[in-house]
Order: sequence, then structure tokens, then C-alpha cells
Amino acid sequence: MALLQILISGLATGAIYALVAVGFMLLWQTSQTINFAQGEFVMLPAFFVLGAMKFGGMPFWLAIVVGLLLSLIVLGVLFKVLLVDPMLRHGVLPLVISTIALALFFKEGVKTWYAAEAQPFPALWSNDNLEIGGAVISVQNLVIIVVAVTAVLALQWFLARTRTGRCMQATAQNPALARILGVRVERMILYTFLINAALVALASFLISPIYLAKFSNGETLGMAAFIAAIVGGFNQVRGAIAGGLLLGVVDNLAASYISTQYRGAIPLFLLIAVILFRPQGLLGRAEERSV
Amino acid sequence: MKSWNRAALAAALCLAAAGVQAQQTVNIPDVIELSGAGAVSGTNWKDGVTLAVDEINAKGGILGRKIVTTHTDTQSNPGVSRALVQKALDNDPYVLLGPVFSGSVKVNMLLAQQAEVPQFTGAEAADITQMGNPYIFRTSFGQQVSMPKIANYVRDGIKARSVAVVWVNNDFGKGGRDSFIKEMGSRGIKVVADVSTESGQVDFAADVVKVKNAGADCIFVYTNEEESARFLREAKKQGIKVPLLGETTLLGQKVIDLAGDAANGARGHVGLSVDVPVPAIQEFKAKFSKRFGYVPDHNGIKGYTAVYAIKYVTTKIGKFDRKLFAKTMHGLTITPAMEPGILIETSWDDKGDIDRISFLAEVVDGKQKVTATLPKLGK
Repeated sequence: MALLQILISGLATGAIYALVAVGFMLLWQTSQTINFAQGEFVMLPAFFVLGAMKFGGMPFWLAIVVGLLLSLIVLGVLFKVLLVDPMLRHGVLPLVISTIALALFFKEGVKTWYAAEAQPFPALWSNDNLEIGGAVISVQNLVIIVVAVTAVLALQWFLARTRTGRCMQATAQNPALARILGVRVERMILYTFLINAALVALASFLISPIYLAKFSNGETLGMAAFIAAIVGGFNQVRGAIAGGLLLGVVDNLAASYISTQYRGAIPLFLLIAVILFRPQGLLGRAEERSV
Repeated sequence: MKSWNRAALAAALCLAAAGVQAQQTVNIPDVIELSGAGAVSGTNWKDGVTLAVDEINAKGGILGRKIVTTHTDTQSNPGVSRALVQKALDNDPYVLLGPVFSGSVKVNMLLAQQAEVPQFTGAEAADITQMGNPYIFRTSFGQQVSMPKIANYVRDGIKARSVAVVWVNNDFGKGGRDSFIKEMGSRGIKVVADVSTESGQVDFAADVVKVKNAGADCIFVYTNEEESARFLREAKKQGIKVPLLGETTLLGQKVIDLAGDAANGARGHVGLSVDVPVPAIQEFKAKFSKRFGYVPDHNGIKGYTAVYAIKYVTTKIGKFDRKLFAKTMHGLTITPAMEPGILIETSWDDKGDIDRISFLAEVVDGKQKVTATLPKLGK
């Protein structure tokens, strides 16, 4: 029974990591953007919602819609237009440093303009528990797993089965050739940023009722998503999903059966092992680059 | 030459004015956690201090001098707190307020001691007052006082024979965990799970699974406010049925607000609370809530009473003498009749430890409900 509960809890946490890791991976694939503000991207939508409720007096459902729209605009369009586009022409490193600065800006901004303290965030569903085979399973956890998996499967379907999705894949694989073939590369890249914004907003709405909304939440989530993407494979959606789920389960198993004190080290050991023995990630594709 | 004379005269007047200004004020800086893991505690403390300072200043200050208090943010980081305390000491303070985090106090109280500046802290780690520092004074129970009280409750109130302990891995949590486990041992209660968590931790799923599977009669949760709330939420999510016990923090209003209905049923010992049936504290709660728009927790009371203790002692000794202040504090008892701002009769011993009445409480329908009042240890 204990193992079942640990696995469900781990998969729920891992599903959130997977959502964030998929967005991380998509940005890298289409625009070589390593977004070190990805964790803060998960933190911010919750505050858009809380802000809409507090300052706009909106009901929760409307605030969620507003939060999603603001996420698409700020974390999708504005992020691309104001930061990525101007910085990317100077190379990957300046862009990486810019995203680190952006992470600090978001953190300090929320701390200054909203609150330094954690804030309760309403749950989208009931807090009830189900008893399955003697194990108590939280409805919250089940909803997180179902919603996250559905979102990622829908994304996979979109990328593989629709014309726009295939154009996005073409852009990721070879933008120059895609452009010659008539793909509107800039638009495809923008779509990727919007998808990432939607994924992080979804992750934010799912996890904030449990973690509480706090300006510093992105530190843990960003690091976990980064590790998940590398462990799973930085160039495959399925790799990011596997990495996220694996990380969540391993974290819970380690804390339950090894040590809660060293739980933070286990994902890092996993990361080191993958880099040493399978640098392309567990489900990633080996890539070679000419110098 | 004329312009030189004018400049010299202006400078002299400025210096004189500054001197007069300094004469009319007393510097009591507050070094406190306003962000990071201690933000909840620190914000409550800061607002409690602000309320007291404004009240005292509105009535003419201390011995005719207005209190000037600056609040600086330690970011819940001991290193930052040390630098800020040094900076505060450079400005020749009369008394120092804060911080709340035990780890920060341990690294900065030596500076205040060397400068012979009395320091009022909200920290609770047992060893803070065991280091022979005559300038440190608590505003709440140390763990060596509170843990025997909660241990008695585990034995006599819950009648538990086994307990699981969840603690935060910082000086506050480690000190509390060590004291609690010692008290459990002396009462023949078995500790079946000993789970350390991290300050700022957000995911408690595995920790809850671990304590749940330990099969303890009750679970003692000794973490900071936000982590306590997250633990309570996760415990409800995983359907924990055994009593969740805490010491003051777990039953604090902020934890209740953050945890929502998951806080219901939490119980334990409360050293200070705004929900206790003491009229002066109810009045404080109303004033605080009206001014700051939220219900304070015990840290708000700590900050408030610290400033009033300073006022009382300084008025008693009749001058701003730091050494005499510290000497007077040892063995002192202040009653609400002597100084209404102290709220509850409070005593300090020769180490700076505090003694006052305390309470057993339970969270019912999102409110802390006091179930019993425990007498002062000295009575």
C-alpha cells in the first residue's frame, strides 16, 4: 500500500516536472533558448490569478482565464519579442545570462509588488481522498496526473498530426531548410513560446494549491525541470516526460526508503550518471554538431 | 574669506541641529526576516514592533525621546543578518531588536554582546541563552521550557506511546527536535520516525508517506510557518488520521490561513497566541488587525511586547544606560499593571529566558481554540 501511495505521489510531482520540462525542451529545440527562468515562469501565473482576484475583484474561474491570457502574453509573446529575439543574435550565452536576470526580476518583482510570504491558492478540484486497495489516494494527485498527461499527449498529437505541428518540428530540425520550403519559421517559433507559456501556466495552476504561491517556488521547480529534461533527453518530448516522471518517483522513493536529508542529492546523482554514461539522455537522440 | 566663514557657520549649525535631533530620539534598530523562509514570522514581528513604537511615540516616547526604528531584511540568511547587525551597531543603538531565526541569532548575538548592546530576539533554540551572553533576552519560551510542556501533553493528553517527529533542518528545528526526543525518552514514549525536512521545502508527499507508515500514535510537527501549512495540506491529502501536534507555530493564525481546512484538528502547546482569553491580548489583536489588515500570530506579540519591555525598563532605571538596562532585565518581572503593553505577566531569569503562562490549544473550524491554561513555571 505504501509503495502505491509513494508511486502516485511521485507521479503527481513528476507530472508537473514533465510539463515544465517539455516547455523547456521545446524552447531549446526551436530557438536554442535555454530558459533559466522556467521555474519563475511556473511561479508567476499563480500570482496573475491572485492579482486578478485581489485587485480586479474577479471570481476564481475568471481569474484563471485572465491568468492564462496574461501568461500567454507576458511569458510567451513579450518574452520572445523583448528578450529572446534581441539577445539570441548575440549567441546562446548572453541569452542564458539574460534569462537568469529575468528570473531574478520576476522573483524580486513578485516579492516587492505582491508579497514575500506564501499565499494560499484555491484548488481547482475537491480535496477528497479515494481508498484504492487499502491505499489512500488523493483526488488532487490523480487530477494532476490525468491533466498533465492529457496535456502532453495532446501536444504530442498536435506536433505529429497537424500541419502546424509538423511545420514546428521542421523548424526545430532545420530552420533554414524549413524556410526554403515555405514554413513561416518566425511564426512557428512564436507558437512554441506560446505553448511553453500555456504549459507553465497549467503547471502553476495545478501545483500552487499544494505548494502555496510564493515568489521563490520557481527555484525548486526550475532546477527539477532542467534536470528532468537532461535526464530524459533534451531533444525529445517523450524524453522530457519520462525524465519528469522518473525524477518525481525517484525523489519520493529516496525520501521514503533512503533518507529525507539526502533526497535533494539523489536527482543530482541521477543527472551525473546520465551525463557520464548516456549524455543524450535516457530517451534522447544522439546528436553530432560540426565545429 | 567671507564665504568660508559662512560655510563654517552653516556646517556648525547643521552639526548642532543633528546633535539636538539625536538627543531627542533613541535608536532601536530592528534586524528581521522580511523575505525568505522566515518572512511570515519576521513580518508579524516587524508590524508588532511598528505598532508599539507608534503608540509609545504618540505618548511622548521613552523618557521624552522618540523611538527611531529601521527595519532591515535578513532575507532569512544568517550571513546577511550578521552584516546587518554590524551595520546597526555602527550607528550606536540603544537596544537591538530581532532576528527571529535561531540560526541568525547564533551568528550575530556575539556582535551585540561585544558592543554591550541588549538584544531582544524572537528565537527559540535552547542553546541561545546557554552561552553566557548577558545581553540576550527572549520574547518567547526557549525550547528547554516549551518542549517539556508539549511532552507532558503527549503523555497525559494524547496518551501516546509512540510518536513520529517531523522537523525542519535548521537551528530552530534541530534544537527543538533534540529537546523533544530527549523529553520523549524520559517519559518512555518511543520515537518511531524521525523525519528531517528542509527550510523552504515545498513538496511534503514523501515525508507524509514516511510518517504515515511509521504507525505512530501521533505526529509532532516542528517546522516554520509555511512548511507547517504545506505539511498539513499534504497530511490531509494523504488521509492521516492520528493527531498532528505542534508547539506554537503549527497552531499560529498564519499557518491556519495558509493550510485552510487542513489545519483543523491540529493541536498542541501555545506559548503565545492572539486567541487566548486574555483581554489585553484581544485588544492587541483588534488594534493590529485594524492597522495591518491581517490577524497577527505569536511573532506579532513578541515584537510588540519587546518594545514595551524596553520602555518599562528604561523608565524604571531613569536613563539610557545599556549596561544597567541588561542588569535590570535579569530577574525582572513585568505585570500588565506595571506596563499595560506587556499584555501578560512576564519574567526574565538570569540567562534572559522568559517565563509566563502558556496554553494548550486545538484548531477548530479554522480558529485556534484554547483548551487549557498552564501556569508559569516559577509558580
